[in-house]
Amino acid sequence: MSTTEAKPRPTGPNNPGPRKSRPLKRLKSFGRRWWHQLTSMRTALLLLLALALAAIPGSTFPQRSVSPTDVDGYYTEHPDLAPFLDKLWAFDVYTSPWFSAIYLLLMVSLVGCIIPRLRVHLKALRAAPPQAPKRMEILPYHRSLAAGANQGRARAVLKQRRWRHVVREDDDGTVTVAAEKGYLRESGNLLFHTSIIFILVGVAVGSLFSWYGNRILSEGAASGFCNNLQQYDDYGLGAYVDETDLPRFCLQLDSFKAEFTDGGPTAYDAQVSYENEDETGSYNLRVNHPLSFDGTDVFLIGHGYTAVVTYTDRYGNTQTARQPFLAMDAALNSEGAFKFPDANYNPDTGEVDQDAETGFDAILVPTYDDSTQMLIGSEPELNNPVLALTAYQGNLGLADGQPESVYSINEDQIASGNLDQLNDEVEVIGVGDTMELEDGSSLSFDAVEQYAVLQVRHDPGGPIVLAGAVILLTALLPTLAVRRRRYWIRWNPDGTVETAGLGRNDFDGLDEECDELTALIAPDFEPPGQTESDADEPIGSKS
Amino acid sequence: MTGAEAANALFVATILTYAAAMFAYALEYAFDKRASKAVGEKELVAAGNAVIDRGTSADSADSGAESAPITPSAARGAGRIGLVLTFLGTAALAASIITRVVYTGRWPWGNMFEYTVGVALAGMVTWLVLVSRGTVPRRLGLFATFAVTMVLGTSVRVYTEAGPLVPALDSYWIIIHVTAAIAASGILLIGCVFAILHLIKRRYDRQVSDGKPIRFPLNIAERLPDATALERLTFKIHVFAFPLLTFGIFAGSVWAHFAWGRYWNWDPKEVWAFIAWVVYAAYLHARVSGKSMKANAPWIAILGYAVMIFNLTAVNLVFDGLHSYSGV
Ligand code: HEM
Repeated sequence: MSTTEAKPRPTGPNNPGPRKSRPLKRLKSFGRRWWHQLTSMRTALLLLLALALAAIPGSTFPQRSVSPTDVDGYYTEHPDLAPFLDKLWAFDVYTSPWFSAIYLLLMVSLVGCIIPRLRVHLKALRAAPPQAPKRMEILPYHRSLAAGANQGRARAVLKQRRWRHVVREDDDGTVTVAAEKGYLRESGNLLFHTSIIFILVGVAVGSLFSWYGNRILSEGAASGFCNNLQQYDDYGLGAYVDETDLPRFCLQLDSFKAEFTDGGPTAYDAQVSYENEDETGSYNLRVNHPLSFDGTDVFLIGHGYTAVVTYTDRYGNTQTARQPFLAMDAALNSEGAFKFPDANYNPDTGEVDQDAETGFDAILVPTYDDSTQMLIGSEPELNNPVLALTAYQGNLGLADGQPESVYSINEDQIASGNLDQLNDEVEVIGVGDTMELEDGSSLSFDAVEQYAVLQVRHDPGGPIVLAGAVILLTALLPTLAVRRRRYWIRWNPDGTVETAGLGRNDFDGLDEECDELTALIAPDFEPPGQTESDADEPIGSKS
Repeated sequence: MTGAEAANALFVATILTYAAAMFAYALEYAFDKRASKAVGEKELVAAGNAVIDRGTSADSADSGAESAPITPSAARGAGRIGLVLTFLGTAALAASIITRVVYTGRWPWGNMFEYTVGVALAGMVTWLVLVSRGTVPRRLGLFATFAVTMVLGTSVRVYTEAGPLVPALDSYWIIIHVTAAIAASGILLIGCVFAILHLIKRRYDRQVSDGKPIRFPLNIAERLPDATALERLTFKIHVFAFPLLTFGIFAGSVWAHFAWGRYWNWDPKEVWAFIAWVVYAAYLHARVSGKSMKANAPWIAILGYAVMIFNLTAVNLVFDGLHSYSGV
């Protein structure tokens, strides 16, 4: 079937029609013309290429849906360009109006393509194979036999080889057997194209009804959490998700092990315990082995180190901080900060000393090599962990209500002079060591623990997409592998017999197959040698 | 010699063997005048299960043969040697990969080097299957060994010591997903070679029918099979590879669900795999969208492979994404 052929139009230069066609009619014909244009194969092809082109910017610019922090990073790096790009949806390519427009047009084109083909195909599935053309010799395969073809044998052979066939007798005594095979190709093709729509529906359901949350979970009961948006470091909610409907469960990380070989991680192993509804249990959570709470999956997607430090303020009060650090590189050199806004509480005044809030910017180096000048280590294992610290005192700027990173000290406060940097050179301390500050307070490095990065996700569109993809794959094989072809055998009134064949798509071996059939039907038939009918005109290319 | 050294030695042996094979094929291609323009159109026609070049006419007394440095039969002998060398080189390549497997104790697709070597193997196996089935004439091995040797040469630039896998790769999905991707890439490599050969031959035919002079490099096309046959073979190879590519992307997406918590992340690798898939779908459509579009189809196929190469090289080395396993 070719959708590119122009259909005769109701009005046009060659078909004068009523002169005063009413606007409605004109609109209709205009609409029909555009509909034909849109559902033509050529348009589908151009839309496919346009879709490929439109997907490119999504790989060159950071995407909000993937990593909002990278988008922020882009804003700081290119302050002039970023707002402009943002107006063009460069950071939301796959939800942008232009990307959506292309794939929606493609979908419309697809539906417009599928429906008429489906109608034709359903009819063809029920109908008998069509009559042979009068002049059979115009067909790509054609043989004239002297005689010797038996009608009963023809039917038996075709039946045995599973050709759908029909016998027709004309008034003049001509008998034709028409046979066709390979309907599965079109069935597969239609199913394949439909499955694409199926997948898109699944994706749409996913974007409306899914939610996810990411959470850094340190070891120990104290760090456990329950499923609740406030508990996530970042999260996303589909448009139709009510956050009060999230399933109830709680998780804690009992232990975490990372195995390393030759400086690279080879296995992460998280032992978690959970509680949901009225059930408790434990699970060995690993990469590629998520934990499922009916429809909601918990994935282990990364890990890192938590530094445990104790700050002893100038009045001798201590507080312990467990601070997850963010990896900066593959060797897990990580950055983080410790903030003690309520330290240095003066028992005499009953208040925190003015400008005595204390904070530390820190780099955690898992394997520090003190034989070199380099601070940054090259191995991710905890062989000689150190903290490289810079201390600040003053106003940490936490009270202004602005959200801020827990992984660094607010730079604006340093720039504005509200925070004083206490040491010019970073101080490197190992586990068990202490950094002393001038005011008599100190920070001691107690231990390094591990944390796991979890992603909790619920996506009801997933199973739909999966089903669609499985259908797509299964339907693709017959679409491409099955050959659709027709075969005719005709007994002319003059006693001669002709056979003919037609491939309805482009494939090799039509002559061989038809000759074989002919030979089975007419045992005297000798297939001619090499012929060239097959290749110099790719048959069925117009399908 | 350690396992890694043995693997590397076999790898070097492969490249040298392929280079020698290429030279042998070049002799056959240039000096076996048998299948040149002297042969009638009939032999060039793809009939039945597609021997696209039979070269039956024993036209060894071709006038050009006298001035040629070697005789046509010697040239054919060189071609046979080339084929044997191709088999040997491919065996060495497979042995190199197996040695790596034994040495590392894991599936051999863990970094960009190993991936590229896998593509080369898949491409060469595809070629050898085509030759063994008589689908393509032996002398075209010149182009296949050239393409595969280029791929191997590229892989050297991203050579990585055989080492263990990062946790996300430690899954049986690596076998499924990466093997499918490698097989598809290798087959499509050969498909791309044929698309290019078709375009060269088509151009050559047009020059000839326009009566224009044929200059280097177009004169190599003289010895190529019929343009239509080349186009159909290009199509068949792509039809075979497309479901594999589709399956590879599908398996990757299932794996992404388990490893990263999301079946589709629009990570640069995924974006470019999507683009490649869409371009190849466009190729399949172009072939049935009328004459002018069909003429453009080989260009779309080549564009598709350009996207594949980009996805393997630039996306691994330049972009920053979840697929940062290249080890480079
Ligand atoms: C998301 C977009 C689409 C994709 C990914 C896609 C993919 C495919 C694939 C892989 C094939 C098999 C190629 C072959 O049989 O040789 C195919 C065939 C086909 N497609 Fe599409 N298609 C899409 C959209 C469309 C649209 C919009 C139309 C309607 C104009 C269309 C019409 C056809 C037809 C008629 C065939 C059969 C070609 C033949 O005779 O072999 N497709 N498509």
